[in-house]
Amino acid sequence: MKASAFSYARASSVVDALELLARHGDQAKVLSGGQSLMPALNLRLSAPELLVDIGAIDELRGISVASGVLRIGALTRHVDVLKSAEIAKHAPLLTEAIAHVAHPAIRNRGTFGGSLAHADPASELPACVLALDAVILVRSKDGERRIQAADFFTGIYETLLASDELLVAVEIPVAKPNAVHFFHEYARRKGDYAIVGLAASGILSGDVLTDLRLGYFAVGDKPMLATATEHLTGRPVTASMLADAQAALDAELDPQEDQQASVGMRRYLARQLMARCVSALLERPDLETKALA
Amino acid sequence: MTDLASISLTVNGERISAQVLPRLNLADFLRDHLGLTGTHVGCEHGVCGACTVRANGDIVRACLLLAVQVENASVQTIEGLSDSGEVSDLQAAFRDRNALQCGYCTPGMLMAAQDILIHEPQADREQIREHLSGNYCRCTGYHAIIDAVEATARARSEQAR
Repeated sequence: MKASAFSYARASSVVDALELLARHGDQAKVLSGGQSLMPALNLRLSAPELLVDIGAIDELRGISVASGVLRIGALTRHVDVLKSAEIAKHAPLLTEAIAHVAHPAIRNRGTFGGSLAHADPASELPACVLALDAVILVRSKDGERRIQAADFFTGIYETLLASDELLVAVEIPVAKPNAVHFFHEYARRKGDYAIVGLAASGILSGDVLTDLRLGYFAVGDKPMLATATEHLTGRPVTASMLADAQAALDAELDPQEDQQASVGMRRYLARQLMARCVSALLERPDLETKALA
Repeated sequence: MTDLASISLTVNGERISAQVLPRLNLADFLRDHLGLTGTHVGCEHGVCGACTVRANGDIVRACLLLAVQVENASVQTIEGLSDSGEVSDLQAAFRDRNALQCGYCTPGMLMAAQDILIHEPQADREQIREHLSGNYCRCTGYHAIIDAVEATARARSEQAR
């Protein structure tokens, strides 16, 4: 299908973009890479009156590190995140996750901030920023807000972004020397949206995880940080601790059924991902085998 | 407000100026305005890869890009790559390995295949398969396509020696 008619404005700066958003509010949509917005327009799931194209605003692009914080500009393309040595060093979870975001031709256009603002519950990056305890920077004409990733996502395609606000950057604490990470998703085709996925980040001290953040995606209406991790941290993990954590995970999940998977299948895959994650982070293959027995 | 917009870009090395509606996507612009019908339109929501072209050297989905967004860009289509001979060995390999079948996905497949041959000339079958995972072949000729790309990669690396 073709997109319905809309007007188009190419913003020349952040100030210009915020001016346009303040004036047109709900009638306008921000166009960054367009890799989620264009399908929505072509399928006529969305029909804004105006597209505000921020693609030419160079100040929104780029990756930098200062004072222990990694900053990723909203317009940084997936391919640039994937190839960045700084990301690989300071947030290797992202390097691994981005390889699963769609396909090369889409990663050449899609942007980091666009993916977060779009907030598809089955997409990889929202779960990653939860696991990495990121802060999302949004700006309007009235100033800048800093929103914790854990608060940012509110529902299917819904975030705390107001219609006159622009997501400008994401700040992530740089990985500590004993930080570990895990990423895996089940998808029908490499690059498709996940059936169930997990982006995890933790701190390993000897054979004990002292911290563990499990960002699940495609298990509900938004990415979810599992609290079941309390069963897995602070002491060496046993098979029974893992079973307790899996039971607790089951209780906090509220997955939906769709053409790809039933509720039961999603719960099963989420439990399996937990076992795979913990056994990989601790290098304990015995845990995964026991969990599946 | 939904008025025509002026755009100016380079397509296959030729300077183009045009008046377009904002809603017009790059694939339709190439096909309907410029008569470059090698770029195929399949799903129109980024799933099938039939519309793959190059914009400023990177492969992109032409159905997920508005013509107004490629202002000042350099776009290359399958016609450009074909006419310059850049992919003639790849095209021959597709023919030799029966990787063409109905041919609908072929332009997008060639664009994506040439992209990995440029960036990962030593790519193995698994990497080729992954790189082409965004391109559907509804004749399901995937193995033959991987064969053709792998054969081209080998031939080019031998030639480079």
